[in-house]
Amino acid sequence: MTPLLALRGLTKAYPGVIANDAVTLEIAPGEIHALLGENGAGKSTLVKMIYGLVKPDSGTMQMRGTDYVPTDPRAARSAGVGMVFQHFSLFDALSVAENIALGMETPPPMRALATQIRDVSETYGLPLSPDRTVGDLSAGERQRVEIIRCLLQDPKLLIMDEPTSVLTPQEVDILFETLRKLSAEGTAILYISHKLEEIRALCDAATILRGGKVVGTCIPRDTSARDMAELMVGSTLATPKAAAHNTGNVVLDVTGLSAPAPSAFGMALKDVTFQVRAGDVLGIGGVAGNGQDELLAALSGETPCVPGMVSFLGRDLSNVAPEMRRGLGVLSAPEERLGHAAAPNMSLTENAMLTGAAREGLSVRGLLNWPKTRTFAERIIAEFDVRTPGPDNAARSLSGGNLQKFVIGREVLQRPEVLVVNQPTWGVDAAAAAAIRQSLLDLAAGGAAVVVISQDLDELMEISDRFAALNEGRLSAPRPTSELDVEQIGLMLGGAHGIEVAHV
Amino acid sequence: MDLSAINPVLLIAAMIAAATPILLAAIGELVVERAGVLNLGVEGMMITGAVCGFIITVNIGSPTVGFIAAAIGGAVLSLLFAFLTQIALANQVASGLALTLFGLGLSALMGQSYVGIKPPRVEATPLGPLADIPVIGPIVFGHDMVVYIGLAIVAATWATLKFTRTGLVLRAVGENHDAAHALGYKVKRIRTLAILFGGACAGLGGAYISLVRVPQWTEGMTAGVGWIALALVVFASWKPWRVLLGAYLFGGITQLQLNLQGAGVAIPVEYLAMSPYIVTIIVLVILSADKSRAPGSLGRTFHASG
Repeated sequence: MTPLLALRGLTKAYPGVIANDAVTLEIAPGEIHALLGENGAGKSTLVKMIYGLVKPDSGTMQMRGTDYVPTDPRAARSAGVGMVFQHFSLFDALSVAENIALGMETPPPMRALATQIRDVSETYGLPLSPDRTVGDLSAGERQRVEIIRCLLQDPKLLIMDEPTSVLTPQEVDILFETLRKLSAEGTAILYISHKLEEIRALCDAATILRGGKVVGTCIPRDTSARDMAELMVGSTLATPKAAAHNTGNVVLDVTGLSAPAPSAFGMALKDVTFQVRAGDVLGIGGVAGNGQDELLAALSGETPCVPGMVSFLGRDLSNVAPEMRRGLGVLSAPEERLGHAAAPNMSLTENAMLTGAAREGLSVRGLLNWPKTRTFAERIIAEFDVRTPGPDNAARSLSGGNLQKFVIGREVLQRPEVLVVNQPTWGVDAAAAAAIRQSLLDLAAGGAAVVVISQDLDELMEISDRFAALNEGRLSAPRPTSELDVEQIGLMLGGAHGIEVAHV
Repeated sequence: MDLSAINPVLLIAAMIAAATPILLAAIGELVVERAGVLNLGVEGMMITGAVCGFIITVNIGSPTVGFIAAAIGGAVLSLLFAFLTQIALANQVASGLALTLFGLGLSALMGQSYVGIKPPRVEATPLGPLADIPVIGPIVFGHDMVVYIGLAIVAATWATLKFTRTGLVLRAVGENHDAAHALGYKVKRIRTLAILFGGACAGLGGAYISLVRVPQWTEGMTAGVGWIALALVVFASWKPWRVLLGAYLFGGITQLQLNLQGAGVAIPVEYLAMSPYIVTIIVLVILSADKSRAPGSLGRTFHASG
């Protein structure tokens, strides 16, 4: 059978780095094909070439046996290639229907389009109202906009870049139903993910990239996740292991924490209560937009709270500003890397100064000690394997995964008493994620209290001692992780949030 | 004080005419900003339009050709801004300020030998018997062509932004240029066209000052109207009809206070002179209390990355 898409010897070099080196790949009609690789392995460049955003230096692409040379994404779309982006390519101020119209070559009039959107969203179990403004939608809903935008084009090949990072297990199941249905209808899917178990559950074939080269192919069903991870990394992989440790006194005490929603798009916190002891890792799960950002802001000191709600070693933190909390040893790493955890246009050294000043003694009486800061930044880069030419590079220039390693490393290396992290391994490849998790475990073993807020339940199961679910701003009572399985946790999270299984 | 010297019909007609230069410049800038570009060179493009329109009208004798030349002059100057910001990726604020300074200097040079000349009169639009209707005739139907063109541009801009694909793509480029690029839209081309449109509108507005409002050529005669137009776009929350409202409010009160000064009202001239600014700002601030906000990519330089 002629493959739907055949890539032969695709090569693309950027100054100083070969992003893709003679990549060869074939996708059959209706096949769900996984593309695996670490951050920087060249997956993005490869799909950008297929989608017409980047021109290959050499090599050929064929679509159903005829030459396929997309000059821009429009050409790719008209050839039947659709793409769901990792960083959503949506327009916040526009409505769902307008966003979808922008992704179509010849959109029907708005009213007809709205009807089509409703039809497709019902068919595939992805409810979505065409009139809503995208800025008001949750991450999961935004992804639905992107998926529906692609589906309306009737694509022959759908490229999905990290589609499940923002979904609950139940939502993932529903997405997989949708994808399997599409595959049965003959649509091929090129699926990029770090989550190997998902790939094993979903994909028919996998191509593994490392350093821009194809290093192997496999049938995911017949290959263990560990083998695939080792192919990706090129070496054996260490599973994070918690050292035996004893939990000590209560370090962080949160009692009846309530706070109004900070903005129209935020979530109010309602009576959140938990305690974390020294050496304890508390995992907080939940779908994005259920109060994660607000909880982190209350713990870091960004939003003030009423006296008596948050205390550290018996000391009330209500009037303690973020910088003073850092001085005390209460550190945090927010989810949004660019603009919240790091200032995009400032260098890594400057970013190291921003949170490290108090605890690492980087500033003395208002004067900044740059050599010491640089050393600190270099230590983060070395210990957390941040791939960058050096600490003088702007935070913006790092890939998402590398910057994530930097912002987590920056907090971990300050020897915190309490560390609160939100989505510590979002968009980070398997090896780096394992390293970050290990560092959090080591921190707890060293006597710190660690709060991990994450949407990745496997991650929470792996590292947390106790688990609590955050839903609509309310936190469930924490339960020991050893008593729970993923199914129970999914139920704790409050079901599938208005999603139903495809019913066609 | 003699308020009876003010003829309300002529006053309202004059208010509409007084608003036209601001309206034209502001609607042009609105389109530019909705495409995500902040062009602070409105004043420079206006004065360039004013001098181009004046020179051509005096030499050829036709104000219509003069206005066309003014629009072309403004657009050509804006092309310089487009080159700096879209091709050379220069900072938009600095480039816009430079454009204003350059336009003021260039126009002074071009207009040196035209100081003190009187241009041919711009005739009212021949609307026949409509202009003879009492009260409504002079207010609504007694204007020159450019007043109606200004209104038509506002209506067309509103309809284009709201109902057409062109408008949707323009808004998308202004809202999130990276996403628009990822979907395959030509960010730079769309922005350059928007900048040209803004330049042409500003040029037209400038020529309306030198050919109709004043009508003669003096250096720096736009006297800050371009800056008012810029502020108006912001206070109007980037909405065409609010720009129209703001321009008429501003132009109207300017005209009214001039009339009041002429009539010798016992309010210090300084208060009268500041009244248009205060009233316009208050009204538009109240209106912009809704959740509308600036285009997401406004003023940001777009680098197409791989």
